[in-house]
Amino acid sequence: MAVLEVQNSVGERAVTGTEAPIAVAMSGGVDSSVVAGLLKRQGHAVVGLTMQLWNQQRLPDLASDKASGRCCSLDDVYDARAVAGHLGIPYYLVNFEDRFEQSVVKPFVDSYLRGETPIPCTLCNNFVKFDQFLDMADAAGADKIATGHYARLWFDDEKQRWQMGRSADSTKDQTYFLWGLTQPQLARAMFPLGGMIKTEVRELALALGLPVAEKPDSQEICFVPNGDYAAFIDAYFKEQGLAPATTEGEIVSTSGERLGTHGGTHRYTVGQRRGLGIAAKEPLYVISTNPMTQQVIVGRPDDLLRQEFTVRDVNWVSMAEPDVPVRAEVRIRNKHAPAPATVSALPGGRATVRFDEAQRAVTPGQSAVFYGGELVLGGGWIE
Amino acid sequence: MTRFYFDHNATTPLSARALAEMTSCLRDDFGNPSSIHQDGQAAKQRLETARRQVAAAVGADPDEVIFTSGATEANNMALFGLRPRHVITSTIEHPAVGQVCAELERRGAQVTYVPVSGAGVVDPDDVRRALRPETDLISVMAVNNELGTIQPIEELAQLGVPVHSDSVQALGKISMTPIALRSFSAHKIYGPKGVGALVMRGGVTLESTYFGGRHERGRRPGTENLSGAVGFGAAATELGADHAPMMALRDRLEQGIVDRVPQSFVNAGTGPRVGNTTNIRFDGVEGEAMLIALDLKGFAVSSGAACSSGKVEPSHVLMALGLSKDQARSSIRFSVGRTNDAAQVDALVEAVATVAARLRKLSPVYVGV
Repeated sequence: MAVLEVQNSVGERAVTGTEAPIAVAMSGGVDSSVVAGLLKRQGHAVVGLTMQLWNQQRLPDLASDKASGRCCSLDDVYDARAVAGHLGIPYYLVNFEDRFEQSVVKPFVDSYLRGETPIPCTLCNNFVKFDQFLDMADAAGADKIATGHYARLWFDDEKQRWQMGRSADSTKDQTYFLWGLTQPQLARAMFPLGGMIKTEVRELALALGLPVAEKPDSQEICFVPNGDYAAFIDAYFKEQGLAPATTEGEIVSTSGERLGTHGGTHRYTVGQRRGLGIAAKEPLYVISTNPMTQQVIVGRPDDLLRQEFTVRDVNWVSMAEPDVPVRAEVRIRNKHAPAPATVSALPGGRATVRFDEAQRAVTPGQSAVFYGGELVLGGGWIE
Repeated sequence: MTRFYFDHNATTPLSARALAEMTSCLRDDFGNPSSIHQDGQAAKQRLETARRQVAAAVGADPDEVIFTSGATEANNMALFGLRPRHVITSTIEHPAVGQVCAELERRGAQVTYVPVSGAGVVDPDDVRRALRPETDLISVMAVNNELGTIQPIEELAQLGVPVHSDSVQALGKISMTPIALRSFSAHKIYGPKGVGALVMRGGVTLESTYFGGRHERGRRPGTENLSGAVGFGAAATELGADHAPMMALRDRLEQGIVDRVPQSFVNAGTGPRVGNTTNIRFDGVEGEAMLIALDLKGFAVSSGAACSSGKVEPSHVLMALGLSKDQARSSIRFSVGRTNDAAQVDALVEAVATVAARLRKLSPVYVGV
């Protein structure tokens, strides 16, 4: 595939001594560490930057047994600094906590309270990692930024557009979180790991002698300990001196029958089965939540199936906005297998997605990402 | 790349004399100053020479000088050792005093934090008004590390209460009024890191925190950091003469930046200041970004105190002046020293002007002059 060769050869082009440095976003994890090491080895001038996004000690109510493995812990900053020292590159810790709270944490909390299931990573990419971080790269005199994301990126001369493709390692592919990046953002980004599989990355980390080569992968939402987002929201409200989100109410069936009570709509997500506390003849699933009526609506598995939905804030990545419906494979959750659908752009940055076959648990607040084979065509937020 | 160092308030390079003295001490005088034999005696001689040198520099008697691991330890010894019921301190102290005061509060002591003027100076009348019958200590720094402003220690010494002053940034720059307790650090005066002194006078007694020996006249147990003390002493003999040329460089830098960069302002520039420090605010410029950009061009400067990396809050010192958070975050501290000359200063002015213009072009909030 010709386009992939272009991508793979990016790092091997002749490097002149006067070239602007590349700013590498270093989390202290193995992936971004390998990116820094790889670019350095290819002869680029590299500046390492770690974004301090969230103070893990900030919400004392959250039982946070061990802060490592999540972003911005002292351990991770220590690791990133050690890698930079090992590579002999300039390294800085930059504080983006204000922006992160405004652009990621607050929308995350608001979204849950609206009855959605948000994805903070996408917001962080759109408004922090590929925005404020670019400003900081400018300050460092860097034209390009590089991250450890698993995605492929190349420029198509014919289309005059940056193209994003799924990563070689399908189990690590992160394009589900990157659909929001605009062409100007992509023009300055590099994803050097896009063509590699994770085991190769780990081998490279060992070969480069990186002190984080054996470090486990991070999981979960970085600022939410143990994945307990409801506890996070409660603690955040308490810290802000706001009344706790009073969204407790009734659990009702799709036909409106009252089945029980619940402790807050934000504690439930579409498709959830456990934790309902209702005895029923057949398994019940959360079909939707409604913070206005404070109801959690439950039903049978079939009730979760949906064929058509709309998305907002659509961003077209590898193609310009189409004026006719396009065929695509659409992914509605990170682990969802993309399913064939027809996507029709609507005015105002919205679009309709119609699956060929109804899919389970289309969840407001999650992203729908449109793929054309390996290409990321675009995406939007499920309404 | 040639590096130009403009962060002498953070630390200074070791002077040639200090290095030579320390090398000879490490090589030739390995003895334990507490030992009775001649090897010990030789070591003891070097320790006491160093003590006399430091005492002369700070205007104290040698027996009033206790060597410590640095100013932070000296501050802890002074503030905890007095067991004060009520302490008056300022809002612009270094964390090495500020966080000790916070711990004193946690342990039940009362602490009053007096504000500073827009010129970055404590008003002695504010301190007087804060006095209580149970006030056992006034702790105010001699010279602020971020602004260079000189505090009225002489006036505070007349209020009838023991005064402690973190005098790290004052040594070699201003004369020392005799007060009960002062803390010093060697590495701020071209000496080595890891050694400092607490100077005690006027019969003050401190309760010990550590036990284990009768070193330093029973006031600080543990075998002395001999080579460190020797380096401190040597560095202390070289102070004073360079202050006037330093001030000329600082003024050249300050004037150059204010002239060249639109919307740049000196923070607390009107107060009495030592000659090496200037703190300048660049409206519409992120201080963190300017620091990085200058560093990559070879210039070492500082935004806020060095310990504040990873800290959310902007400099508490600048906030105490009445600056907004954005203004505080737009400020850079330049501190000149012996390594600098006029050509370096001019190169720095040029670099600051270039970087400020570049960063403002990127800034969405900056709306021009």
